[in-house]
Amino acid sequence: MRRRRQPLKNPEQELHAFRMRSLLAVLVVVCLTGLLGGRLFYLQVVQHEVYSTRSEKNRVRVEPLPPTRGLIYDRHGVLLAENRPTYNLTLVRERVADLDATLTLLVDLLEIPEEEIEAFRVRSRQRQRPFQPALLMSDLDEDQIARLAVNRHRLPGVEVEAQLLRYYPDAETMVHALGYVGRINAEELAGLDAGNYAGTHFIGKTGVERFYEDELHGQAGLRKVETNARGRVLRELGHTDPVPGKDLTLTLDSELQRLAVELLDGRRGSIVAIAPESGEILALASVPGFDSNQFVTGIDVASYRGLQEDLDLPLYNRAIRGHYPPGSTIKPFLALAGLAEGKITPNSTIRDPGYFQLPNDSRRYRNWLRWGHGRVDLERAIAVSNNTYFYTLAHDLGIDRIHENMSAFGFGQRVAHDVQGESDALMPSRDWKRGRFNQPWYPGETLSVGIGQGYWQLTPLQLATATAVLANRGEWVKPRLAQRIGQEEVPVELPDTPPDIMLENEGWWDRIFSGMEKVISGHEGTARRIGKDLEYRMAGKSGTAQVFSLGKDQKYNADEIQERLRDHALFTAFAPVEAPQIAVAVIVENAGGGSTHAAHLAKAMTDAWLLEDEAPDTEEVREVLEREDGRVTGN
Amino acid sequence: MIWSELTRPLRTHPVKPSLSGIARRRSLWERIHLDPWLLGMLLLLMLAGLVVLYSASGQRLSVVTAQALRFGVALVVMAGLAQLSPTTLLRWTPPVYVAGLLMLVAVELFGDMGMGAQRWLEIPGVIRFQPSELMKLAMPMMVAAWLSRQPLPPRWRDLLVCAVIIGLPVVLIAKQPDLGTSLLVTAAGVFVILLAGLSWRFILFCGVLAAAALPLLWVNLHNYQRQRVLTFLDPESDPLGAGWNIIQSTTAIGSGGFWGKGWLQGTQSQLEFLPERHTDFIVAVLGEEFGLVGMLAFLLLYLLIVGRGLWLAGAAQETFGRLVAGSIILTFFIYVFVNVGMVSGILPVVGVPLPLVSYGGTSSVTLLAGFGILMAIHAHRRLLPR
Repeated sequence: MRRRRQPLKNPEQELHAFRMRSLLAVLVVVCLTGLLGGRLFYLQVVQHEVYSTRSEKNRVRVEPLPPTRGLIYDRHGVLLAENRPTYNLTLVRERVADLDATLTLLVDLLEIPEEEIEAFRVRSRQRQRPFQPALLMSDLDEDQIARLAVNRHRLPGVEVEAQLLRYYPDAETMVHALGYVGRINAEELAGLDAGNYAGTHFIGKTGVERFYEDELHGQAGLRKVETNARGRVLRELGHTDPVPGKDLTLTLDSELQRLAVELLDGRRGSIVAIAPESGEILALASVPGFDSNQFVTGIDVASYRGLQEDLDLPLYNRAIRGHYPPGSTIKPFLALAGLAEGKITPNSTIRDPGYFQLPNDSRRYRNWLRWGHGRVDLERAIAVSNNTYFYTLAHDLGIDRIHENMSAFGFGQRVAHDVQGESDALMPSRDWKRGRFNQPWYPGETLSVGIGQGYWQLTPLQLATATAVLANRGEWVKPRLAQRIGQEEVPVELPDTPPDIMLENEGWWDRIFSGMEKVISGHEGTARRIGKDLEYRMAGKSGTAQVFSLGKDQKYNADEIQERLRDHALFTAFAPVEAPQIAVAVIVENAGGGSTHAAHLAKAMTDAWLLEDEAPDTEEVREVLEREDGRVTGN
Repeated sequence: MIWSELTRPLRTHPVKPSLSGIARRRSLWERIHLDPWLLGMLLLLMLAGLVVLYSASGQRLSVVTAQALRFGVALVVMAGLAQLSPTTLLRWTPPVYVAGLLMLVAVELFGDMGMGAQRWLEIPGVIRFQPSELMKLAMPMMVAAWLSRQPLPPRWRDLLVCAVIIGLPVVLIAKQPDLGTSLLVTAAGVFVILLAGLSWRFILFCGVLAAAALPLLWVNLHNYQRQRVLTFLDPESDPLGAGWNIIQSTTAIGSGGFWGKGWLQGTQSQLEFLPERHTDFIVAVLGEEFGLVGMLAFLLLYLLIVGRGLWLAGAAQETFGRLVAGSIILTFFIYVFVNVGMVSGILPVVGVPLPLVSYGGTSSVTLLAGFGILMAIHAHRRLLPR
């Protein structure tokens, strides 16, 4: 075998090479160590503040302590909205050894629907802070809690958490007066003080709950705790107690409210009652209502759609948002305008041939009584609800003066102090028509307005308010729902109260009242049926609002028209006349049988408020109504 | 062929005998073949490491005593190895290297799974063993054994052989997968070649080649390894997942400031925000509780150890011993650099412990065994006749 040539090794040279390389290595090592040192200097000196803050944020967790929502009472201290402890099932993933087994066991124990489990799985796949309890099921009943307690040892990581939930004991009756709370949505969240609402899940959505949200909610507290990386609280570093929300005492009388709902007896409609002297709203009923408790716990899609698509519009608050033609209910107000403007006197009369004609116009504007009422003065015009008298008056006043005088009573405006979501409705004017239709105002339209038809629309709350102002002889008190916020009384005088209505002659009020009394007590009054055994003096005015307009000289037959196209029945009243304690406006949609229907309900309301010992019998009212429905006594 | 080359006698130039030390009486340290300076600094490091470990382990004394016990075993191993002469070491290098290779293959075939990677070889009830740790020493020694027989600087042919010696174990370890160890093993082998006087032209050439091979490496990385690199580039991209470790460790170090929060006072570590805080991330505890001052003190100590190690290596007479010693000490530095670099966020996360401070028996034993070999090489300088 040939030996390859082997170069000689040279130890001296190798040693030298090694030492040179070692020297180089030392240089590199020092440089790299310098790099590390530089990095450490950057982290620990230059950026120290940043990391210090970050480490504090790691360690210290601020937990919000949500305040307890204020309770809501009626004027007699009856609880209308309370906070009820409910129990939620939560699960801490990090403490559960076998998630599938645990979920299966829970499904068996509590009969949780599959969808909820599936929804939970989807939610739990999203990353979250470790050791945070995740909601599995809300609102456990006692039976479920008991079953969980027995099986506790088999369910590590599963907890039952208490939470206060809003509860409305008489939801269907009260919902349109109270409103309700619901889960805070993204839009609302954007406008909220994030700190104050950090631990709050619910917010007032409508009604008093929304209007007094700030007062009811209170001020959130907070708790600073030190936690470890797994979220376990090690100790408390600081504590600020929450300030609970203020309790709210309403002006509502829950008995009267319930009566109003029962009187409407499932018919679409609204009853609003106000104490004229104080402006306190005693009842604010809109039928049908709905169970607002569903909205607190979270309503399912099917139920919500059911409510939305219901033809009777249960979600719709008729008392404050319903737009109704006022019909003849506004005749006393127009008469007052006529007196104030000097177009009529209490004793001036017209002759009613059964119709009114504009000059140079052949069209006849008819009285509801075809052959006319003959000679009519102010009081009789109100009592028999004579159209011809008011056509004449409206024509004499003209739309501008009507608009001005009627606006003074709050028509076409939001009138209440603290009613959330109230509508303006519509008091028509020349300007409005030009803006809306780009058309001039026609004289014939003034005549329609004169009998409460045409463009004029009002809400039941507006009608009740105007009646209260009338009962007060022109003195304005803003209607309100809150009597006391916490310990603080809501004052009678409120900012932005409209100016009082002054008349040259105080006696004119009495003449109007007298006309309105004759509606009930007079022998030809349109609501004389309710005046039979009246125990106090009551003033009122009936009205029917046409839903379906009739052609000229056409007479309608209620039976031929579909129920939903029948006229609305209206009645507005106050009592007792000498010292009014209650003003009430009633609107029954498609009542058909004429205004008497509404008049009966109004009387039942005043009876209930004024006659303390005699509880009104809704059965009796119902019988009377059944007997009388279909018989037309007036318009 | 390799075998015959390794066993044939050396032909060398005659070395001029060193006159120093011949007449000197051998001191106690020389007689037990240990270097007092190096030993002293190592003991200081281990002691300081135990102090940090007590805090990092959540003040569990059991962890500290377990670590101390391992240190004891490792010191015995070190002292034992220090007694071997370089000739013995050289003789044993090839069989140990081959045995190591075989064990790596065994791991690949029926190794134990631990943390998602096959690293352990186990004879149940007797011993659990990581062959890759053995390779950290055996491989550079094998490279040095080969090169010490060749004229230096190494020629192309020698480099090819070295590439095979290095490549076989690295590929096997990388397959486990254990990126940290394979990097350390590669470094150990490469250091030998570099110290042997590899020409600059070649180094440059390799550098360019390595840069070109980067995309290839990327494709062959495991998903979790790729994730680590991505996370390193932007830890905030996944703050609760892969980025968590690095965010928490930089937060710990940064919040420590100049003087630190004090021993046992680090909130990041004591409240368990730091992951793996008593093993790979122990530097973060050190940085948080002892601040920049503590960190620099540790770095200085490491620097002194490396300096002393290189000094000892340079003093070795034989090329084999020199290369082995130099490689061992530079690899030791790589541990420090990679670990501190990754925890402070300038290197991607690679599983490399902080030498003699991180909790863990195997690496301590390997490291001290390395120092044992280093001391053996230094202590057994042949006293040549005049």
